[in-house]
Amino acid sequence: MTIEIDNLRISFGDKQVVKGVSFNVARGASFGIVGESGSGKSTVLRAMAGLNNDWSGRIAFSGEDAPLFRPPAFFRKVQMVFQDPYGSLHPRQTIDRILSELPLVHGMDNIDDRIAKVLSAVALPQTARFRYPHQLSGGQRQRVAIARALIAEPEVLLLDEPTSALDVSVQAEILNLLADLRAERNLTYVMVSHNLSVITHLCTEVGVMIDGHMVEQVTAEDLRLGNVNHAHTRELRSLSVELEEPA
Amino acid sequence: MLVDIQNLKIGFKSRTGFHQAVKGVSLKLGTEKLGIVGESGSGKSLTARALMKLLPTQTVIEADKLEFDGIDIRSASEKQMRTIRGKRAGFILQDPKYSLNPVKTIGSQVAEAWRTHKGGSKRAALEAAINLLEQVKIRDPRKVAASYPHEVSGGMGQRVMIAMMLAPDPELLIADEPTSALDATVQAEILRLIEELVSERGMGLLLISHDLPLVSHFCDRVAVMYAGHVMEELKASDLLSAQHPYTRGLLNCMPSLMHPKERLPVLTRDPEWLK
Repeated sequence: MTIEIDNLRISFGDKQVVKGVSFNVARGASFGIVGESGSGKSTVLRAMAGLNNDWSGRIAFSGEDAPLFRPPAFFRKVQMVFQDPYGSLHPRQTIDRILSELPLVHGMDNIDDRIAKVLSAVALPQTARFRYPHQLSGGQRQRVAIARALIAEPEVLLLDEPTSALDVSVQAEILNLLADLRAERNLTYVMVSHNLSVITHLCTEVGVMIDGHMVEQVTAEDLRLGNVNHAHTRELRSLSVELEEPA
Repeated sequence: MLVDIQNLKIGFKSRTGFHQAVKGVSLKLGTEKLGIVGESGSGKSLTARALMKLLPTQTVIEADKLEFDGIDIRSASEKQMRTIRGKRAGFILQDPKYSLNPVKTIGSQVAEAWRTHKGGSKRAALEAAINLLEQVKIRDPRKVAASYPHEVSGGMGQRVMIAMMLAPDPELLIADEPTSALDATVQAEILRLIEELVSERGMGLLLISHDLPLVSHFCDRVAVMYAGHVMEELKASDLLSAQHPYTRGLLNCMPSLMHPKERLPVLTRDPEWLK
């Protein structure tokens, strides 16, 4: 599914937080958005997912403009994974209940089968199915959140800081899982993160946001080599490089 | 020696049994910057909290030695602890959003910290608070002193927390993930600020973090913790070339901007490490 965003503007009341953002993502590609808190990166993602109805400009999937209020079929194609696996799963529902919600709403068949399959796709044991979120570790919970998105059989995954609440050891497992799933299912990713190394690991192209503007779009390769134009990109890059080098 | 911990064990009794979280940790700290790194659940925060006697009463703490500047923490009374906490050892927590009182102005909170330890009139305390806010490089200290915590940014909130800790001139600063809620650019500023204050005032610093590269750049010495044990202790500048398989594993599984990896190696945990 190709994604086109053109001159996207989003306001909360009188305050404009996204001020004309445009980018394109090819089918099967992965696009990363970096920026500091308050730069509007998550707001862009939420508008794409249909979680914010107060935007202007153009959001199009596969060349078709997304309507302001998305039809149910849209959510089969586009799914989102949130940052905090502790906050995004219902604490009093079992994993089975959490995963069956979407198939029930969309009237899908063989729900039992689908849940079993999606659990093995994210490498969770079948025994996790009747557990509650608090009985799982942070990494396992993020796997459940990814499974919940996958059960819709989407073509696009919107990832909002999917690993920033996790330890680096668990982060590696989740990043590998996301890379494998994309290759297997030809998914298109748009990922938001504040961590340059995480984003360049998973994405081939990166947009840098500051204060509601996307000031630069570079390939991961150019970012690595330092072929960047905007001062903010340079600053983020040098902070990241500085930490990686031995003291 | 400012801090001397030998063979510290911390456990919790629960309905179903006994869980040992820290299993024999030994650390020493003088006027230097010591980092403790490790994954969540490795016991790094518990160790720091045990040192300040901030753990719930049902916690079972055992140690051969648990001393702050020669004072035995295990047998110290609550009254004695009050002369240590805040006054001699400051504690900076992760998220200023949850550590500041939302219904009091920033100035009054910093002034309260000052007055509790140093006494004096309310007006003098407020002036001192504004001076402290200036020391942590807040540009318009008077305006910030009059605002409420929700009106300032995360980085500003963390500066306020640091200003509060500095009020009684502590000898030791314990910083538990002081920058993990902050942006990269702000993180760099806050760490530079902590570093300046620590070296200016000759304090000891105990920095708890899960971020290995950050600690290796910032501290003098590092203790790497895993599952309640100290795996190794080494010079911070040697951290990125550490030899222990656990430390190596953690370093390897981080994605890197400069050295891209096709696939991230996953940490395989060896039960041998815990022997």
